[in-house]
Amino acid sequence: MRVGVVTFPGSLDDVDAARAVRLAGAEPVPLWHGDEQLPDLDAVVLPGGFSYGDYLRCGAIARFSPVMRAVTAAAGDGVPVLGICNGFQILCEAHLLPGALTRNRHLHFRNRDQRLRIEATGTAWTNAYEPEQEILVPIKSGEGCYVADPATLDELAATGRVVARYAGDNPNGSARDIAAVANQTGNVVGIMPHPEHAVEPLTGPSTDGLGFFTSVLKHLAGAAG
Amino acid sequence: MHACQEQFVPRVVVDVMLKPEILDPQGQAVAAALPRLGVTGVTSVRIGRRVELEFADPPDPEQLTELADQLLANPVIEDYSITVPEPVPEDGP
Repeated sequence: MRVGVVTFPGSLDDVDAARAVRLAGAEPVPLWHGDEQLPDLDAVVLPGGFSYGDYLRCGAIARFSPVMRAVTAAAGDGVPVLGICNGFQILCEAHLLPGALTRNRHLHFRNRDQRLRIEATGTAWTNAYEPEQEILVPIKSGEGCYVADPATLDELAATGRVVARYAGDNPNGSARDIAAVANQTGNVVGIMPHPEHAVEPLTGPSTDGLGFFTSVLKHLAGAAG
Repeated sequence: MHACQEQFVPRVVVDVMLKPEILDPQGQAVAAALPRLGVTGVTSVRIGRRVELEFADPPDPEQLTELADQLLANPVIEDYSITVPEPVPEDGP
């Protein structure tokens, strides 16, 4: 299995994302923001960071990068796409996911280990988890407050597209404690905290994040079988 | 012949503001700081963004809407307004 990891100017976590892909048992394929076509790939990760310096709005300029045209087309064809932190912001800006991510309500950058409750285990990126499973992964963001209009929030909940909620303290004021959401078909997932930083005991608070990356392999194996 | 008309640069201003229902924590922080300057009685501060664009030729209104709607503002959380100033008539000597 080949999982593309995009590097935008200003990406920070592309190396960790590629490492998580490798630890899960897949081959990470580096992608560049200027790539107009994707090589032969099974899934794509948009990593965290500050693409294009976060100018204008987080993800607003990355959305129009050549690689995002290709990623958007692939997502439409059912290719699994995971956006982490800045990647989540890019997916919202690209309208691949509903809602938007705004400045943390308390204005502080939050950098800590965060408990999450996985609520949707049917997506391409979360099928390795148990329903309601609590996991511990780092969060590190200043603009992680998820917002959407009440009708959209109701629809997300009713259709099982709230992938994860913050357990315990809400770190950023996100609407209804939402930490991660999926598109209608469950192949596109955006998450504000960082599963790719919780894949090894040496460097992470847990290895709970690895499940996102093993999930996509399980999903792809199922799709191929 | 009016030289200034030839030099007129169509400058379009796009003002972007968070929608009223979206919390503006930056504005709140500024509001909280105002009393330190001795300013009281300010009941609300909202912070937006002003974008000035200069065009080589008069811009197409449809294109303006598109660039405001798709890039300069995020309509999920922001409202925008587009102002195209008229060139000042030259009453030359």
